Amino acid sequence: MIDDYSAPATQQTTTSNHSAHVAGHIVPVRVLLTVCLVLLVLTLTTVAATWVDLDGLNLWIALAIATLKASLVALYFMHLRYDSPFNAFVLITALVFVMIFVGLALMDTLEYQPTIEWQEASALQRR
Amino acid sequence: MPDTGVGEPHAAHEHPPHLAHHFETPAQQFASGKLGMWLFLATEILLFGGLFCAYAVYRANHPEIFDVGHRFLNKYLGGVNTLVLILSSFTMATAVYCAQRSLQKELRVCLALTLLGGGIFMAIKYVEYHDKWKHGLLWGTRYEPHMDEPGHAHDQVKSEHTSGVGGSAEPSIQAPATAAASAPATQTAADERSTIAPATIGPRGLTELPDEESTAEHPTPRQVHNVHIFFGIYFVMTGLHGLHVLAGMAVIVWLLIRAHRGHFGAAYFAPVDLGGLYWHLVDMIWIFLFPMLYLIR
Repeated sequence: MIDDYSAPATQQTTTSNHSAHVAGHIVPVRVLLTVCLVLLVLTLTTVAATWVDLDGLNLWIALAIATLKASLVALYFMHLRYDSPFNAFVLITALVFVMIFVGLALMDTLEYQPTIEWQEASALQRR
Repeated sequence: MPDTGVGEPHAAHEHPPHLAHHFETPAQQFASGKLGMWLFLATEILLFGGLFCAYAVYRANHPEIFDVGHRFLNKYLGGVNTLVLILSSFTMATAVYCAQRSLQKELRVCLALTLLGGGIFMAIKYVEYHDKWKHGLLWGTRYEPHMDEPGHAHDQVKSEHTSGVGGSAEPSIQAPATAAASAPATQTAADERSTIAPATIGPRGLTELPDEESTAEHPTPRQVHNVHIFFGIYFVMTGLHGLHVLAGMAVIVWLLIRAHRGHFGAAYFAPVDLGGLYWHLVDMIWIFLFPMLYLIR
């Protein structure tokens, strides 16, 4: 759904009787405010989650909340929900490639033996 | 986006003053601008993606460095920064709304508030960076931590530094006798025979983790090496992000100037919209940076 922007020519300084002209889809301030409040709550949740120790799960919870927040920003603040889907496709593609990049790098690096502390070095040499 | 200027007489043909010649309709121009901005944002995501990759690889290999290093960061300052950026994103989105409705005064107010949010973010960032500088918590070879008391990571450190820290290779940290209980009285064997330069070892008590066999009665902390790598990653990621915030603030100043000249309205608000997209991206990146660097535990 591409924004319909076919407003006739108007001088920008005299917009009083043309303000009702189509300016594409406009996100209501009410929606923006709601999204903002949800984001603030999620931020406090992220900080509060660090008070609960869940070991390895903490990182994933924090990333999951961050992904949710980023999605809200993208969909509503950045208008992706009402835009042409190709814009969203560009964003998703970029994220997919970053994930491939990080994923493959991680897969490779985790194949190596961890750093050898000096205590282990002599033991390894003897083998 | 070429702007022929509001109200300038234009020879020969009629078209809206904001419509550039290589576009057929304002709709096409706007859609093209949006797509172009999203493509640029994709490159920005890939730029930070490279840094996220460095973070991921290093953290996967040396989680203890991140566990220790992040304690030097103030997660409440970071949290306030997150809230500030979210609010500034909200005011930016509202500015777009105002431009779309031709609410000129409200548009200027919203843009100014967004700029203020960016300023507050940079001010808090300066406070954080200054604190790191003061305590020598810098990147790479400049990592020369000098905290006076173990156990007081970042908020209560006295400003007096031990003498000779700058010149000597070894950080001369003097733990007060009262705080010795939190620090092991004897050096572990590993430290004595280590060939790693002392600069990579943090202040006693602050860059140590409990060993697997350590108990409450007999704590045998394990000295974590190479904490300076954490700070290298921290400064590059937050520094690059800070530069992006500054660039975004410059864009908003430009939008404010144009808004003052009445360039924007229901028929033409693309620059506000596209500048807003960039600002939202900066916010999104910080939304990820904050938990990754500050909230590790």
